[in-house]
Amino acid sequence: MWTAAALTLELASITTLVLLVLGVPLAWGLARAKGWWAEVVGAAVTLPLVLPPTVLGFYLLILLGPNGPLAPLLTRFGVTTLAFSFPGLVFGSCVYSLPFMVQPVRSAFAALGQGAWEAALTLRAAPWDAFFSVALPLARGGIATGALLAFAHTLGEFGVVLMIGGDIPGKTEVLSIVIFDDVENLNWTQAGQIATALALFSFLVILVTLRLGRRMERT
Amino acid sequence: MSRITGRFAGTLGTFHFDAAFDIPAHGVTGLFGPSGCGKSTLLRCLAGLTRLPGGSLRVGEETWQGAEVFMPPYRRPLGYVFQDARLFPHLSVRDNLRFGLRRAGGGKVAEADVVEFLGLAPLLGRYPARLSGGERQRVAIGRALLAQPRLLLMDEPLAALDRDSADEILPRLRGLSARFGVPALYVSHQMDEIERIAQHLLFMRAGRVVAAGPLVDLLTDLSLPFAARTGAATVLDLPVSAHDDAYGLMLCGTPPLRLTVPGRLGAVGELIRLRVLASDVSLLRAPASSSILNTLPARILAAETADGPHVLVALRVGEARLLARITRKSWDQLGFALGQEVFAQVKAEALAGAQ
Repeated sequence: MWTAAALTLELASITTLVLLVLGVPLAWGLARAKGWWAEVVGAAVTLPLVLPPTVLGFYLLILLGPNGPLAPLLTRFGVTTLAFSFPGLVFGSCVYSLPFMVQPVRSAFAALGQGAWEAALTLRAAPWDAFFSVALPLARGGIATGALLAFAHTLGEFGVVLMIGGDIPGKTEVLSIVIFDDVENLNWTQAGQIATALALFSFLVILVTLRLGRRMERT
Repeated sequence: MSRITGRFAGTLGTFHFDAAFDIPAHGVTGLFGPSGCGKSTLLRCLAGLTRLPGGSLRVGEETWQGAEVFMPPYRRPLGYVFQDARLFPHLSVRDNLRFGLRRAGGGKVAEADVVEFLGLAPLLGRYPARLSGGERQRVAIGRALLAQPRLLLMDEPLAALDRDSADEILPRLRGLSARFGVPALYVSHQMDEIERIAQHLLFMRAGRVVAAGPLVDLLTDLSLPFAARTGAATVLDLPVSAHDDAYGLMLCGTPPLRLTVPGRLGAVGELIRLRVLASDVSLLRAPASSSILNTLPARILAAETADGPHVLVALRVGEARLLARITRKSWDQLGFALGQEVFAQVKAEALAGAQ
């Protein structure tokens, strides 16, 4: 069980980091873009929110499988498939948790409006400079919220993990899978303990997120 | 003297915009016009925040925009003061002030001078959320100045402030261009603000610059709407020549343009600005009793003698100009005519200091 807990934390941490690096610029682009294609990209990013996890897992399995479209690229790196592997899980988690990162960050960027941005430009800040010195710090509340939500969401995912990761102990078996296995094996005590821990942790994350949002509103 | 010249034209939505301008690269130029005439659009074009194809802009010897050139806003050495201040809420006042300064890599405008000039010392450690509207705008002006601009653009910086805060900032704006050697373009739809601080004027209407020139020339041009409005006035920039402390008066200027003004608005030698309402100037054929102060020899340059009870008269006094609004009855009875030498009588009380 502790192996699974460590694996779960590792998965959630790496996913959150990857999403910070990729999701924040994506959210910036979506917040500033005008035009129909921004809506299309926005909708695609949001899709995992409503798609049944098994459907998402199914497509990811095909994408990452030995005969999938990514296979030629993967073999170049000496890998035949990402399915049923930890990197595959990270990939799947990133797609699955993407909207939880992008939505709050996009809203935070959109709320900044043009005001501070234009002021920075007239004060000799080039766009990349204005992004790092003005937009990013002003959106920090949204970024923290996004990171927390993405982290918590990854902790609890089940369907996608089961589809593309299976339950290989130490490699792809995360806590939610352990709960499922425990229940199947009538090991109710451990299932209950893990479930309680996950529920408490998730509650804490939401609480912190809300408080953070409240504090940002005041400044 | 170097100049700032250019032209921006284009259609924004349903609004047709075509503004050509040529202003001196020194002093304060007021940009006046009714709401929605395109003043802010012109300012945004100057800053490069709005890009109209085919626009051109030269500042002194430098081309900021032309057929082949478009300097993005962050490459233009300018300062922009927005109506809503737009301070960075995550930075202290000190760091807001240094934002542009650091990126400009220093220059002739020193941080300590700006802090002193705008009275910012007590605010330096505070954050924008804890400043009043007037304080915020003062910081915004300081921040723009410290970016070492070669052109300072101010978009109605006082419009959102209450009268007291605005009155506190206005006098500082007047001295700002000379003190820091930065030409400024000051947008306002309040003519009295411009009369207090500007030396030149651009007048816009419906997306076009319809008149431009020295402020006094435009104020006394009878074909423009300034002379015809109810509070029509002219301004005089005169040095204080003596104080009459026994009566609390100041003597300003030298004959023929010597005026006695109540109050003590400046030290001897200091240039002060006087605002003279057209309705406070009357005309005489010969100087009346010597007990009346401020009777100046003048020549009638132009007169607007339409029907209606009043005649508007543009006068030359020495090198300066005045406007007089007298009744048509006295115009006819005293037999005034263009080119005539007359005497203008200005009530001393009518002179309001602009300081």
